[in-house]
Amino acid sequence: MKFKLKHIAVIALCAVAVSCKKDNYKEPTSKLSGRIVYQGEPIGVENYQVPYELYQYGFGKVGPIGSSFTQEGNFSAMLFDGEYKLIIPNGQGPFMWKKTAGGAPDSVSISLRGSQEIDLDVMPFYMIRTPQITGGSNKVTGTFKAEKIITGADAKDIENVVLYINRTQFVSGGDNIASAGRNGGDITDLNNITLTVDVPSITPAQNYVFARLSIKIAGVEDRIFSPVVKVTY
Amino acid sequence: MKKIFSITILAGLLGIASCSKDSDYLEVPPIQIIPNETAFSDPALVLSILGDLYNRYYDFSGLDNGWRSFADFSESFPSENGSYDLVRNTSWGYGSWSTWDYTYIRELNLFIQRDSASTALTEADKTRFMAEARFLRASYYFEMVKRMGGVPLITSPLIYDPSKGDASEVQVARAKESDIYDFVIAEAEAIKNQLPTDANQKSRASKGAALAMKTRAALYAASIAKYGATTPAVSLPGGEVGIPADKANAYYTTALTAAQEIINGSAGSYQLYKVLPDLSDNFAAIFLDKSTVNQESIFIEDFRAGAGKVHAFTTNDQPYSISDEGGDAGRLNPSLNLVQSFEKLDGTFAPLPTTDAGGNPIYYSDIQDIFAGRDARLAGTVLLPNGLFKGKRVDIWAGYTFADGSILTSDEAGQLKPLPGTTNPIQVVGKDGPVNGLEFRAQSGFYTRKWLDPTVGSGRRGRGSDVAFIRYRFAEVLLNAAEAAFELGDKTTALTYINQVRSRAGLPGLTDATLTFDRIVHERRVELAFEGHTLYDMKRWRLAHIRWNGSPTSKAELLSDIGKATKKSTQPWGLWPYKYHNPGNANHGKWVFRETLPAVVTGFNRFQLGNYYSFIDDNIRAANPKIVRQPNQ
Repeated sequence: MKFKLKHIAVIALCAVAVSCKKDNYKEPTSKLSGRIVYQGEPIGVENYQVPYELYQYGFGKVGPIGSSFTQEGNFSAMLFDGEYKLIIPNGQGPFMWKKTAGGAPDSVSISLRGSQEIDLDVMPFYMIRTPQITGGSNKVTGTFKAEKIITGADAKDIENVVLYINRTQFVSGGDNIASAGRNGGDITDLNNITLTVDVPSITPAQNYVFARLSIKIAGVEDRIFSPVVKVTY
Repeated sequence: MKKIFSITILAGLLGIASCSKDSDYLEVPPIQIIPNETAFSDPALVLSILGDLYNRYYDFSGLDNGWRSFADFSESFPSENGSYDLVRNTSWGYGSWSTWDYTYIRELNLFIQRDSASTALTEADKTRFMAEARFLRASYYFEMVKRMGGVPLITSPLIYDPSKGDASEVQVARAKESDIYDFVIAEAEAIKNQLPTDANQKSRASKGAALAMKTRAALYAASIAKYGATTPAVSLPGGEVGIPADKANAYYTTALTAAQEIINGSAGSYQLYKVLPDLSDNFAAIFLDKSTVNQESIFIEDFRAGAGKVHAFTTNDQPYSISDEGGDAGRLNPSLNLVQSFEKLDGTFAPLPTTDAGGNPIYYSDIQDIFAGRDARLAGTVLLPNGLFKGKRVDIWAGYTFADGSILTSDEAGQLKPLPGTTNPIQVVGKDGPVNGLEFRAQSGFYTRKWLDPTVGSGRRGRGSDVAFIRYRFAEVLLNAAEAAFELGDKTTALTYINQVRSRAGLPGLTDATLTFDRIVHERRVELAFEGHTLYDMKRWRLAHIRWNGSPTSKAELLSDIGKATKKSTQPWGLWPYKYHNPGNANHGKWVFRETLPAVVTGFNRFQLGNYYSFIDDNIRAANPKIVRQPNQ
């Protein structure tokens, strides 16, 4: 028997007819979104590099669902209503997350009933204050003030500060076309740090770049970033 | 009448058949299962059980483990369409390299229990089998501790009693990382004299193998103790990850003593392989020679063609133009990052010179001239352009270049095109590439030579290759001893060991002034390339997050700081040869080279602190809440 178009059409029709049944579950509709903040001020991180984990208890084995923060420090997840606990795993992010006495990351309880926005309060080691990024004559210049937030036993030094530029809005140590940096030991005044980077030739040509300032803290993997700025040069 | 006769016969037969005892009929031993008492009564049967356990020995890189187990870490470029993820990824998942095979541990524990319970075996057989199983168990714990840190240390078969309804008895918490290393070291010490002292016993455990494992394990533990101090974030308060720094010296001493036991011959007559006059051929032959002449290999995974145990390494990685199996070749392309790190014969480091001080290209009359005067191990490890394999020469060149620097090439290897100003088509690119994105060809400009089998037919899928994989060899033992002695501050001893390895490669000896930590890191990189050491070495020195720091490698970064331990290497670069075409010019027909990042390479290696110890699966932690999480994940 030859397979003809009409046979295929009949099979397809049957498939369509059978698949008309409703799904067992409705898709989740409650949106949990939030951002990482210090005293209400958002903290920028590298895209995809700082993860969070959501736990929901009462369904057998315990395992997290989760993803990672965007470079503005935001996250969002579509969830079913219920009780959730959120953590940021140890050693992630340019900040300290609350810990339990045993050293495990402490959790934030979220009781989700419909969409909800939350702020996750953290203690950053440093904050990038008053970042200003300007462009001109094939250069991009960034100025900022580094404020040491955590002092005392947990205080950490600055390993280096770097100004990154990229042709797209994703700007980080991995995604950049040029960067200029300075080691922590070479910084004389934390209140006035200026970095200048030459813009390399870009193909196809564009008269703007995206730029961010960042601080690498000694012994901490993730950098803290200023908001992305689009500059023309 | 006839009917009655048949019925009588039938009844008679039935009667006879039912005459046997019930027990004879109902209690037939199954023929497909061998009971333990039977199995452990005959040395041949025990050996076949042990053979299965040997087969499950877990390697990082292995010839039957897939060619991909040799790729990655920017030491090579993967020339296969399905494997470009290795150079497109911008990070390794936390679960990479994890292993948690407690089925294997259980079966080894059962073997040990049954072997010791056996009454029918001779004492000599029993002891040797037991020692071998303990060697395999220690090997797997060693493999686990390298990847996972401290793991539950189970040394006898656990039994779960479901009637209790409580599994807490069989839920064992993670041991300290140092406890697992101590276990491996102690087991090796305990079994070494129960194993044969015979340098020709290579595919089964020997005294040499036990000691080689001991020296490597002690060295790893020592360097984690010492260099772990540079990454305090990579540790757990319970010691499941991280070893206190004050233990470093004791471990280094253990590593040195164990290595010296092998070096002074008490485990058998091991020595460096020095047979062939050509040093590069000699180096390549270490990995091919399975005869008793090879006293360098200590413990191997052996293969045998025509007997069902073969591997596809040669099929996968042979040069495309001389492939035994059309279309199956060339996957593993060593990177320029590795190639240029082989030092010059005067013992100094330098990039391969492609341009002079003024930035003008350097012209070479022979395509191999650029590699002249380098460490003999380079040509022994890497198949260079125009290199010889199976009596034929590989055809690696990227095209023609002209006076103005422009290039004529093709996107199809070996294609013919007319040169400008002519009409006669000639070949414009090598049959082995390099062509960007063309799989199975040398996209970095190099093929691999280590492990590549020159036997006729070794590249065919059907026959396969039976080159053995060397898990421990004498040169590594020497390097272990050198490193341990160096770290203990005894440079004189370190020099005698490291210089043996260097002189075999045709290099001048290091001196008290030139022996540094960087030199030790470098020597292991070039001597032990493609032997499954890269990741573990970088991890134990806590250099992995520096070498693979998660940003692209520029050409300037590639060519600077060669030989430094902290040198970044996040993308596999290539070196592409071009033929210079400029009739009438003195350099016409000569070769120029360009450092080229293969176009497929869009990612970069990012080793995060959370990669130092592989992720323990959520299912494992859900089933056993005593298992603590790894740090930084």
